[in-house]
Amino acid sequence: MSALRVFIADDEAPARARLRELLADIAAELPTKLVGEAANGFEAIERIPGSGAQVLLLDIQMPGLAGLEVARHLAALPEGPGVIFVTAHDRHAVEAFELNALDYLLKPVRAPRLAAALRKALAAGAPARAALEQAAPGARGYFSVAERNRIALIPVRDVLYLKAELKYVTLRTRAGEHLIEEPLVALEREFGERFVRIHRNCLVARAAIRGFERAAVQEDEPHWEVLLEGLPERLPVSRRQWAAVRELVAERKA
Amino acid sequence: MLSIRQKAGRDGLPDFRNLGITARLLLAANLLAFGVALAAYPGWEAALAAFLRAAALLEPVLVASLVALYAAAPWLARLAFWPAAAVVMGIVLGLSAAAHAVIAPLSGAALSRTLVIAAGLTALLLAYLRLHRTAFSPALAEARLQALQARIRPHFLFNSLNAVLALIRRDPRRAEHALEDLAELFRALMSDGRSLVRLADEIALLERYAAIEQLRLGERLRLSWELDDAPVDALLPPLLLQPLLENAVYHGVEPGTGVADVRVRIGRRGDRVVASIENPHIEREAAARGGNRMALENIRERLMLYFDAEARLESRIQGGRYRVEIEIPYRAGPQ
Repeated sequence: MSALRVFIADDEAPARARLRELLADIAAELPTKLVGEAANGFEAIERIPGSGAQVLLLDIQMPGLAGLEVARHLAALPEGPGVIFVTAHDRHAVEAFELNALDYLLKPVRAPRLAAALRKALAAGAPARAALEQAAPGARGYFSVAERNRIALIPVRDVLYLKAELKYVTLRTRAGEHLIEEPLVALEREFGERFVRIHRNCLVARAAIRGFERAAVQEDEPHWEVLLEGLPERLPVSRRQWAAVRELVAERKA
Repeated sequence: MLSIRQKAGRDGLPDFRNLGITARLLLAANLLAFGVALAAYPGWEAALAAFLRAAALLEPVLVASLVALYAAAPWLARLAFWPAAAVVMGIVLGLSAAAHAVIAPLSGAALSRTLVIAAGLTALLLAYLRLHRTAFSPALAEARLQALQARIRPHFLFNSLNAVLALIRRDPRRAEHALEDLAELFRALMSDGRSLVRLADEIALLERYAAIEQLRLGERLRLSWELDDAPVDALLPPLLLQPLLENAVYHGVEPGTGVADVRVRIGRRGDRVVASIENPHIEREAAARGGNRMALENIRERLMLYFDAEARLESRIQGGRYRVEIEIPYRAGPQ
């Protein structure tokens, strides 16, 4: 049997050292090979896709990008690793893991539990996206675009609008465009605080709205357009959404 | 060790050197006088004029009495309630008679009238102090103090144990020290929290706590200490500063990916002990982690129970740094 390829992500050096020790302790029973380590969420996103890891030991409380968000971005990979969350003490997270059948270990970790969890995670493969979403405490800080062996993170605060086109959603930032494969409805649910729906196929960042302008009369009725901060482009507001959007305008004036 | 029960006198009068008590007495005496004037005269203007006339006698006596009580406070604190009340009554009546001798010839009022009013007012204020003391009776205050006793986050305990486990094989000696530090920290946490401790002890505790965090966070935590002017014999409630340092690590170091500078400064400003802790302010974290305000409120309430209005706690964010500062009266303990 070839060695199980394991990746460790934890921001505390002693915690990583402890997991390495435990992996060595269980080697006779379950041979493993450490394929990489990360000391924060960004490093994890950068290093895991190319590492060939089969199982990831992922601390949930990491600076920059918390464990659950890391796992959600990794779910965009075609063949992501199995994930075992590790936490010292987080009652809410543990409840969420239990509820959504996600694997976790409590620090300090014991060798037999680690071995059992590794086997289970290998068999189960990458966790389901839906389970991760339900276990997550809130909206992500980043969108992720998976490219072969790489995951690009785009800060949610940089996105001016999201537009659905057939199978994909286009993210528009000042710098450019990215395609993601997530339904607009789910994105609206997750980021409803930041983005407002102006059209069946379009969400706009509230902060990016510079104003509204009545567009030239087309066919029968006049309609409104959103002017954006820092982009010349204009986005049409559908008649159905105008009432809700108009309230937003009133709020901003108040 | 000194207990707060002794500090306030077992069952006697409150500490007349406490700013909060002084302020309450000033306010209560004036309100009473104004209330009486208002009841005696039909119109606002007449009542105000009467109050001002009375104030000519009331204010000098009031201020002189408070000064005399301030001077006599350490001695009064050793007496039980009734003897202490008798002494206070004596002081006030003596001062009233003196003031009457100076001021009354102008108004022509009788000495007996002045003394009866002074005695009545003093009795009312003593009764108020008695009530105030029962409301904040030691038993009640102690129960509240225990409930407020700073508790260490479980997150810290388990992460620390994990860090020590990682050390045991590689560096047994450091692991030993770390466990000793943890033991001392928990001994302090599990003490009853009523006894005042010396600043030197609290600083030692801060250093133990810092050593454990250093083990866990390594170079991410860069601590600097400015303790040269710290009055190490000052008395303060236990675990007053440790929760603040824990906050600094939890909100200012752990959520950051880089190196975080944390500065601890303890010194003396006149008759006040001033301690401040500073850490990087991490924007996103403030909302996500929360809990900070509660820790601060907890400490603020403990300060109130120990020092009433004489302590101060302030926090502010400036130039990307979060800074919290505590100021308490300097009281030296036994060497």
